[in-house]
Amino acid sequence: MQKRSQAIASKQRRQIITGSATAVGLATIGMPSISFAQNKPIKIGMPTILSGRVAMLGEASRNAATMGVEAFNAAGGLNGRPVELIIRDSKGRPDEASRIARELVNSDGCEMILDAEASSGAFGVHEVARDLGVLVMHTCSETSSLSADPKMRIPNGFRAARQGIHDAIVGGDYSGKVAKEKGLKRWMSISPDYSYGKDTTEEFFEYLKYFNKDVEVINSVWPKLFQADYSEPITRLLQGKPQAIYSCLWGGDLTSFIDQASIYGLMKDRQFFGVNMADYSVLTAIKAVPPNVHSGNRYLKSIPKTPQNAAWCDAYMAKFKTMPLNWSWQNAVGIEFMLTAIKKTNGTDTKKMSEALRGMTIKSPFGTNGEITMRALDNTIIDYAIAWGDIKPQEPYMPNPYIGNWKTILELEKQWMIKKGFIS
Amino acid sequence: MDTEALLECVTSLSCLVTQTSTGLIVGSLLFLVATGLTLIFGVLGIVNFAHGSLYMLGAYIALSAFRLTDSFIIATAVGAVGVGLFSLFFERFFMRRVYGADVLMQLLVCYAFILILDDAVKIIWGSEFQSMGMPAYFQEPPVFLAGGVIPVFYIYLIGISATMAIGLWLLLNKTKIGKIVRAAAVNPSMTSALGLNTSLIFAGVFAFGGALAGLAGALAAPVRSMSPGMGFSILIESFIVTVIGGMGSVSGALVGALLIGLIRSFGSIGFPFFIEGVMFVAMAAILVLKPSGIMGKEGR
Repeated sequence: MQKRSQAIASKQRRQIITGSATAVGLATIGMPSISFAQNKPIKIGMPTILSGRVAMLGEASRNAATMGVEAFNAAGGLNGRPVELIIRDSKGRPDEASRIARELVNSDGCEMILDAEASSGAFGVHEVARDLGVLVMHTCSETSSLSADPKMRIPNGFRAARQGIHDAIVGGDYSGKVAKEKGLKRWMSISPDYSYGKDTTEEFFEYLKYFNKDVEVINSVWPKLFQADYSEPITRLLQGKPQAIYSCLWGGDLTSFIDQASIYGLMKDRQFFGVNMADYSVLTAIKAVPPNVHSGNRYLKSIPKTPQNAAWCDAYMAKFKTMPLNWSWQNAVGIEFMLTAIKKTNGTDTKKMSEALRGMTIKSPFGTNGEITMRALDNTIIDYAIAWGDIKPQEPYMPNPYIGNWKTILELEKQWMIKKGFIS
Repeated sequence: MDTEALLECVTSLSCLVTQTSTGLIVGSLLFLVATGLTLIFGVLGIVNFAHGSLYMLGAYIALSAFRLTDSFIIATAVGAVGVGLFSLFFERFFMRRVYGADVLMQLLVCYAFILILDDAVKIIWGSEFQSMGMPAYFQEPPVFLAGGVIPVFYIYLIGISATMAIGLWLLLNKTKIGKIVRAAAVNPSMTSALGLNTSLIFAGVFAFGGALAGLAGALAAPVRSMSPGMGFSILIESFIVTVIGGMGSVSGALVGALLIGLIRSFGSIGFPFFIEGVMFVAMAAILVLKPSGIMGKEGR
């Protein structure tokens, strides 16, 4: 009996020694690897445009996303795991954007994509996300169909960017009122000759006519994207003798057009409605902002006029020595949604994060009421500040903004979606 | 195609004046860029694919000079001279080495410089587009001629281009330098055998061609926004102009540039969705009917 109990004790001792040795072994070999895994950064891939004529899109996007990630890491990351942005330049080539997105996931080990590509590249990146099943957050594409069209939609695809249809509704509402006040009946447009220009112009006029039935669109001119000389479209506009002109030209194209139109006297005694005027890149580049110019806000420090927005703008300015642009706030919102979802799900699982993101509301300096929601219906943001107003040549560039009413926007958007066959 | 609108325009004096002056404006800048390109090809026998980048560089240098001096005339001169000096460096240290090489090698060197210059511009001036703004003395109401509209600045621009065209013709046809350049273009070996330094002639022509592109960039700066990569589109149009006018022919560049300007101007009324197409159709037609171009000489 004693021998048996000694044998049991001996066996237990061996087990204890073996167990201890295993524990020591794990402590010396295994634990560092566990510790390493815990501190391994969460990689977020970011395809964007960092060279060529639209490099400012990539730089403004990168700046804002970096600010968000740095704040997240400074606050401890995800239980000590920092987030790392892996940024690649697509040079504005759609095929390159898709290739890079795939490479970021397959070769660089990125667990999700912050897609800061323009619409031309975003649709390709969207398909890569569909194919690989990774979470994608689009932050620069404003083409409505990217998220509105159910055929395009994927459960792991989200958009944190303004939508053309939202801008069109508010723009139509505001411009319709101005047209009534000033008796503007003859309208023409000048917009870039590609899908964004065509869709945005069509949607704007649709809602302008909805809010003001007296408006007549005489003609439209379509200069190509990045056209350097606008002499011929300007003379075409002069021949048409419109009372008001709408444009969704943007960036350097808009600046060139305004500079050239001014010397032709096109802006004199005419109202100009340029949806993309109120962005610092344009406002600071145009040396003499002509009178009678109206715009939608892209990004302005004063819209929404809150201490949070002003503070974010100041912090951005202090860090990058340049003013934030439309793409900046969109990327700030996009990365914030992603980081909040990472925190909320305590990990990077695509399915869990996607579920968390659908319908999520975050506090944001760019929200109409301090909040932005990722609408569950189509994985796109709503409640962000949209305003239109007349433009002055200095800060605040839009002193009397007409803030878009989201109740109206959502009602009209719903009708638009039904008409398009996106919802029944 | 809106033939009715086009017909209405050509029978209306005001429209005719506006569209013709627009054609001259578009053609003027194009002429300055294309003439540099064609001059370099005519004398050196190489196609400078980096020519659009020299136009971009001229615009940026002029922008900096304008910010420093507030004088558009000085800015234009600095832009042209600055690019001329850069072109001299480019030719002496790089292009000179590939004169006899395969065209692919020349393309590779030029493409490398396109990328380098785009990035250099981004580093020095930033990636955001920039605008010089209209100098105060050009901020005048446009001139109305027979009901047509012509901006004051564009009258200045057409004047500069016309002066350059006349000056170049005189330089090439009525001066000793012009004779030497033409001799070097026709037979560099013989020119060299006569004791003339052809290497220096080539360098001078390349620098002068570059300076013309720089001048065009500087002149465009008040009305065209600047951004890295802006030289690409004008390079394509300049190639079309040189092909239409005749590779190596300065007078051909003038004819080609004005033709393209007028096609663009009247095309925006008659066939607004096919302007680019008409430009290429014109180029194709010239290539078929007279492969050497309107003013080009057969064989080189």
